[in-house]
Amino acid sequence: MSAHDEDTADGVSRRKVLECMTWAGTGVLWTVAGGIPTSLGIMGEAAAQTSGMTFLQISDSHVGFDKPANPNALGTLEEAINKVKALPARPAFMIHTGDITHLSKEKEFDDAQKIISQAGLDVHYVPGEHDIIDDERGKMYLDRYGKNTKGAGWYSFDSNGVHFVGLVNVVDLKGGGLGTLGDEQLAWLENDLKAKSASAPIVVFAHIPLWVVYETWGWGTDDGAKALALLKRFGSVTVLNGHIHQVMQKVEGNVTFHTARSTAFPQPAPGSAPSPGPMKVPDDKLRGLLGIASVTFKPGSERLAIVDQPLQG
Amino acid sequence: MKIHDVRRGAFAAALLLGLALGLASAAHAEEIEVKIDNFTFAPRTLTVKAGTTVTWINEDDIPHTVVSTGHFRSKPLDTGDRFTFTFTTAGSFQYFCSLHPHMQASITVEATTGSLNSH
Repeated sequence: MSAHDEDTADGVSRRKVLECMTWAGTGVLWTVAGGIPTSLGIMGEAAAQTSGMTFLQISDSHVGFDKPANPNALGTLEEAINKVKALPARPAFMIHTGDITHLSKEKEFDDAQKIISQAGLDVHYVPGEHDIIDDERGKMYLDRYGKNTKGAGWYSFDSNGVHFVGLVNVVDLKGGGLGTLGDEQLAWLENDLKAKSASAPIVVFAHIPLWVVYETWGWGTDDGAKALALLKRFGSVTVLNGHIHQVMQKVEGNVTFHTARSTAFPQPAPGSAPSPGPMKVPDDKLRGLLGIASVTFKPGSERLAIVDQPLQG
Repeated sequence: MKIHDVRRGAFAAALLLGLALGLASAAHAEEIEVKIDNFTFAPRTLTVKAGTTVTWINEDDIPHTVVSTGHFRSKPLDTGDRFTFTFTTAGSFQYFCSLHPHMQASITVEATTGSLNSH
């Protein structure tokens, strides 16, 4: 919880927030959303109001993958979707942070669509590098998911007071480099954020982690820092990624970074194996390493609550 | 692997023969394999004569590509898939995997006109 004790460069200090929060016991709950204190009224009322909005993240379904690490990636995607359907509270929508397919084949996209649509939720996609390796390098993805997007498929939308931004960092990767957003997308992002108030909670999602998780394996985004600089003035920023097929979280100032599990196969922890290739684990361990994430936003709270749910265990 | 070794052996024999006789190399086509395993190209650096055909074989459980910007670009290679390119001109060719760009390697192609003794 050390992040709570640090003063932020701009906005109200975390210590202040905690001080305000202690008043909750006396009846009025004060909290801070993006540096702006908000009264949520008396406790009972506050509890009623803060039921919040929940959305889901699924990632790296790799439909078409059939290697020893998981011979049936479509089957485990279906298990994940069944988990979504069984949730007691219906999520507002779903985001998919890329690598829908393994080889960008028509049938893989069709199969993925068939299963994912069973959740009966709106799904907001961003592509992974495996989704744009068709002959026309991304056309198939854009034909399916690129409606109302810019460039290689980036876009933003608002829901329940939260501003969501889907970024693409898997196109035109350069030898020796990491993920790339590119100047055109960064210019678009700057413009997209311009009209937003600093108190608006922001959720950014992209396939490859925007921060450098492990450079040796290419797990990071070369110009991710430029995107984060544009997000600096906001009081609540949540960055959701996939690509590394394991849960990783870090908090830096107002920004929470989180990566979701894959629904297809696990990958090793950074540096723990000769390469980041699919990790074969005993059959009874596999579903403990696959899963989905649910993210809940409660009005008035800075941090979104992220809960990772494995397929099993 | 075996074929590869046999070819390398044959090449070494030819090289020794060429050196022994002090003759210029014959401009015959060579074939060389590059393995893709554990997210690396092996060998990572390679020097070949112009006219050499190089075949990349993906032995990983994940697809890779072989891309040399402006020169060649393979389709995604699934496990066991191959990509072949014949180098006709001398030069240095840097290449990488466009899916995992930290995977880099290079091939130097030498003109066939030089004598074997020059290197």
